[in-house]
Amino acid sequence: MKIHEYQAKALMAERGIPVPEGTVATTVEEAVAAVRPLIERSGNPVVVVKSQIHAGGRGKGTFKEHPELGGVNVVLDGIEGGIEAAEAKVRELAEAMLGSTLVTIQTGPEGKLVSRLYIEQGIDIATELYLSVLLDRATSRNIVMASTEGGTEIEVVAHETPEKILREEIDPAFGLLDFQAASLAWGLGLDGDAHRNGVKFLKALSDAAVELDTDLVEINPLVVTTDGKVMALDGKMSFEANALYRHPDVVALRDETEEDPAESMAKEYGLSFIKLDGTIGCMVNGAGLAMATMDIIKFVGGEPANFLDVGGGADKDQISAAFKIITADPAVKGIFVNIFGGIMRCDTIAEGVVAAVTEVGLDVPLVVRLEGTNVELGKRIIDESGLNVVSAHDMKDGAVKIVELAK
Amino acid sequence: MSVLVNADTKVLVQGMGKTGRFHTDKAIAYGTQMVGAVHPSRVGQTETFTGETDHSGVEGRDDTYEVDVPIFRSVEDAVDATGATASVVYVPPPFAADAIMEAAAVGVPLIICVTEGIPVGDMVVAKRFLEGRGVRLVGPNCPGVITPKECKIGIMPGYIHTPGRIGVVSRSGTLTYEAVHQLTLNGLGQTTAIGIGGDPVNGTNFVDCLDLFNRDDATEGVIMIGEIGGTAEEEAAEWITANMKKPVAGFIAGTSAPPGKRMGHAGAIISGGKGTAAAKIEALESAGVVVAPTPTDMGSAMMEALG
Repeated sequence: MKIHEYQAKALMAERGIPVPEGTVATTVEEAVAAVRPLIERSGNPVVVVKSQIHAGGRGKGTFKEHPELGGVNVVLDGIEGGIEAAEAKVRELAEAMLGSTLVTIQTGPEGKLVSRLYIEQGIDIATELYLSVLLDRATSRNIVMASTEGGTEIEVVAHETPEKILREEIDPAFGLLDFQAASLAWGLGLDGDAHRNGVKFLKALSDAAVELDTDLVEINPLVVTTDGKVMALDGKMSFEANALYRHPDVVALRDETEEDPAESMAKEYGLSFIKLDGTIGCMVNGAGLAMATMDIIKFVGGEPANFLDVGGGADKDQISAAFKIITADPAVKGIFVNIFGGIMRCDTIAEGVVAAVTEVGLDVPLVVRLEGTNVELGKRIIDESGLNVVSAHDMKDGAVKIVELAK
Repeated sequence: MSVLVNADTKVLVQGMGKTGRFHTDKAIAYGTQMVGAVHPSRVGQTETFTGETDHSGVEGRDDTYEVDVPIFRSVEDAVDATGATASVVYVPPPFAADAIMEAAAVGVPLIICVTEGIPVGDMVVAKRFLEGRGVRLVGPNCPGVITPKECKIGIMPGYIHTPGRIGVVSRSGTLTYEAVHQLTLNGLGQTTAIGIGGDPVNGTNFVDCLDLFNRDDATEGVIMIGEIGGTAEEEAAEWITANMKKPVAGFIAGTSAPPGKRMGHAGAIISGGKGTAAAKIEALESAGVVVAPTPTDMGSAMMEALG
């Protein structure tokens, strides 16, 4: 689960991790009202207006409605014109940004609607660094990753200058140890006050990541200020889905407008669904088989419209919901049901499919491939239903048939 | 011969709730020795399982069975009383990692965790706890382990299996069933089928299983089924190049998966350009593995690899 930058920064601030001061705004008036207290408290006439969406690359992204405008804007007007000039500029920016669509490298061409802005104090930056905490699957440990190349995407650094990436493993029994944090801070070129502050920052951040069950914390850039403070200038946090049950405060930060409505509906029914760009809807039991079903559709020349795993014990309601979700996508020109019944019996699936099709209706071809427990009974139920369903004898046969029928 | 489990394996169930009870019944019907259960709130009770024998399992049994499974307070008590040599964990996600660690602390040599949805942070701790204890964890989020006609631990349908020559190891449950089914139809059969699970942190990886199959006299070849995410398949490819004496066939799911999306399994995600199907297929092919283009071709890929 992802959250916004301002929410991530609030979670960090609660845990003693330094972040710039800021205020979230959902209206132009709120944005303008945030300016004066920020400038007065910080003594810095510069403020920054940042779009809050669940996607990276905001600084380099631009608005569909205002191609000249970036997703993050530094307001310098207060330096010479005072607070009123800063407020006027923030008003102009907020009017343009709120309700507009920001397109970044991560949003895809359709972009994301900006409905929240974060107004933040300006910071006098000496150095920009990179920091993240994430799971290293090869060692089954969380690691802290750091680099002097702040502001650059870490994938680019990893590709071009891998020697510039520092890593320390977090032993779950001990947390990040002092010497590890010190070593990272030296590696980042910090000394004096900045080194002390960096060590504190690193330890607090790694503790926060473990405590909050994040699957990624990324601070890019992490900045050292001209007076030796170490601060998270940006902050990205996402949370591990399986652990959300023990973090109700994090769940409360969910922004449903950022989530795909079909994926949210699927989640409610205990289905695992991901929307894709193709025309063949898929309904499958098991995640691996569901992926392989998409692959085989592509292999025989089609394009899958979705990933959908109904799980190991789907009932009639879930199958019906799955059909509704698949058929709600106007791009879908055919549906492939691919089931290997293990514990789940083929007759149960067949009954579910027949009931769902009868209830939801079906305007596109449907191919069903059943294998496994009670397969003959399942096939008979489909054949005798009188529905326009094509049977397949194996997975490849089914994929070929549905791609042909959907043409 | 086989790996991990055989007719002598005595199994303990951790978590005798609805799911635990259902699959314990299926395992007993198959002929697995289910010797005890741990469920603290039901200590002292006995669960009696009766039904029709699954004749696809252990041979030479009556048509019906009646088996009493005693329920204990702790793994320690259960092992003391029953001599269990393996444990299967059906405990719900918030408590599953603790159940794994309890079994490990007692020294149960084989712990198979079926539970899906365990917090990754809990598994990081559990895996650290397991270090140096000389026990093996299979899973979590896996169908289990089966040696046909000897021992079935987990949730896989027993009847699709048949004793034979091929070891199967897989990150995906239903794709394991596909492979097993094809090996049954083409007559190769299986020595042991191991589901290592779809989570990013798991107890046993491909290399562990390849090593076991490599040393098992009855296993003549191995099918390994991987998917996007992580580098376990690439590590397996390296190991195969250096050590594997037997032919290997494979399949990798997720060639059409978009990056950055978790494809059902917690571990099935392409992140930062890492963990793509293409990279895994390339690594396996360069290690001499015959990679099936689709799951329908897994059985014939194994035939081809055997030569």
